[in-house]
Amino acid sequence: MSSTNVGGAVESSGKVASHLHPVGSFDVGDHPVPTGREEIWRFTPLKRLRQLHGDAAFEPSKTECSWTAPAGVTIEAVNGEQARALRGISGFVPNDRTSARVIAEVPSTLLVDVPAGIELSEPIVVTLNGTDSGITEAAHIALRFGAHSRAMVILVHEGASSMAQVVEVSVGDGANTSVLSIQDWAREAVHLSYQEALVGRDARYRHVAVSFGGDVVRMNANVRYAGPGGEAELLGLYFVDAGQHIEHRLFIDHNAPHTKSNAIYKGGLQGQGAHSVWVGDVLIRKVAEGIETFETNRNLVLTDGCRADSVPNLEIETGEIVGAGHASATGRFDDEQLFYLQSRGVTSDEARRLVVHGFFADIIKKIKVPDIEARLLAAVESELAQTVGSNPSSGVLT
Amino acid sequence: MATLEVKNLHVSVDVEDGKKEILRGVDLTVKSGETHAIMGPNGSGKSTLAYSIAGHPKYTVTDGTVLLDGVDVLGMTVDERARAGLFLAMQYPVEVPGVSVSNFLRTAKTALDGEAPKLRTWIRDVNDAMDKVAMDRDFATRNVNEGFSGGEKKRHEIVQLELLNPKFAILDETDSGLDIDALRVVSEGVNRFRSQGDRAVLLITHYTRILRYIQPDYVHVFVGGRIAEEGGSELAERLEAEGYDKYVRVDA
Repeated sequence: MSSTNVGGAVESSGKVASHLHPVGSFDVGDHPVPTGREEIWRFTPLKRLRQLHGDAAFEPSKTECSWTAPAGVTIEAVNGEQARALRGISGFVPNDRTSARVIAEVPSTLLVDVPAGIELSEPIVVTLNGTDSGITEAAHIALRFGAHSRAMVILVHEGASSMAQVVEVSVGDGANTSVLSIQDWAREAVHLSYQEALVGRDARYRHVAVSFGGDVVRMNANVRYAGPGGEAELLGLYFVDAGQHIEHRLFIDHNAPHTKSNAIYKGGLQGQGAHSVWVGDVLIRKVAEGIETFETNRNLVLTDGCRADSVPNLEIETGEIVGAGHASATGRFDDEQLFYLQSRGVTSDEARRLVVHGFFADIIKKIKVPDIEARLLAAVESELAQTVGSNPSSGVLT
Repeated sequence: MATLEVKNLHVSVDVEDGKKEILRGVDLTVKSGETHAIMGPNGSGKSTLAYSIAGHPKYTVTDGTVLLDGVDVLGMTVDERARAGLFLAMQYPVEVPGVSVSNFLRTAKTALDGEAPKLRTWIRDVNDAMDKVAMDRDFATRNVNEGFSGGEKKRHEIVQLELLNPKFAILDETDSGLDIDALRVVSEGVNRFRSQGDRAVLLITHYTRILRYIQPDYVHVFVGGRIAEEGGSELAERLEAEGYDKYVRVDA
């Protein structure tokens, strides 16, 4: 395990080239097609992206979109001027060709509009069910949460698609917002997702990425603050099987004072060629006095032949902060844990299952949606069945 | 009536430059109803004996046998040994993040019995076992050994001894690091276990202190990977007075 606190972090001099200060642009022409040598693309298998990183046509979507909306919430697909007006509501400025093309070329936007002051007890569920991985398509989704609202949006991705997607989240002042993005794709899906949030003054934003399926999933989860006092919690849970590439890239831009962020991502890997990438970029700008940030990534490698890349980056331009740190660890099953459990009569398979459930338990508990918890536990269970056999006694696990 | 027989046990561990032999021919027979203390200086191989019997993968048995009622224990997996009736209370109980004590205990009990315990009596049993070792019931919801103090970990081992109620309990330096109150509580737990009459205890300790609370029937002095001397509880008293110097010199 490696852990760094603010004392060990480097204060940037402004002379060192940093990819945490990208110059964005809405002009597609400003973004060349990546070659794979760029810092932000170096982990990604470009050959498997079906040219979504380049100039694949965005064909008419074959993804079925459905939703359940509690009373008071508006969900609609809008076009033309209305759609264009929603581009950038999260402060999103494209940093690469794919996202610039989504913003420029996608004619419609799916808008989820949560009015100010509303408090929802039920989540808003939007399901994107891809019906054809053979076509390349793109989507723009805007999630707008009014001031002092309290709501959760669950974005479920299933079926198969080759999709480039920008999800813009605007969190109003004082709002309490959760966005869960579940990547439960069929095995052949390709998904490039940019999920950007602008967190209002004194607002709370929780983003949860859950990635199980797909051939390549590459998700950016970014946060900026529209004012002081905002808090962001970024959670992630992923399970990577043989041949899969699952990449999560966080960018938390502490651009306002007294803001907080906490990121915890945990992943399990199993099977030949399973590859996970986690990049956690945190920038603490000069104005961001009194902020607090911590990010953690843990990977549990269940078999040989897996690769987990874990890269925390912390760039600090002011020392006047409460705290900043990161931790990253990748390990195998702990033999001592397994021995301890087995010495109490628990079989090897069940001991492994307990340890894996335990590994993910804190993340799953933090999600705090019973339906989702059950779905995640079931997903972990079915992933585990591949390496440790089916579970004869899942009723014992709670 | 059950018997654990250790015969001519030789055990090695992997070290940087090959294998190092730790146990060099251990012979020991423990019958149900008996308490055996194994005492010896640091590095004499006491814990290796405990972990080898339990089946820790770090240790390689190069010669000898371990039989439980005539059945070869060394051919069993770790969990099979537990289900055959062996229990090891560890010197350094392991933390298992994300797994609650209550889930852990229930899973172990279910594995040992082959069926889940009846919920109502089980909760009462767990609470009773915790009360007996003065462990707050809140520990049931905490993760296994995570953030427990040394004494709390040892009490948790005794809770398991009580609930899982094995035929043979091996206690590996359960007394080390305990203050006098905790030592008394832990000893009482072991004595309750013994008082059933047909249980066997192999008590591994560096100090004679715990033997004031748990009277052994036999004392074995362990030096250089084998038993150097055997006797009754009077041997423990002599060790208390004289220490291990005599054996260490002989061994060297």
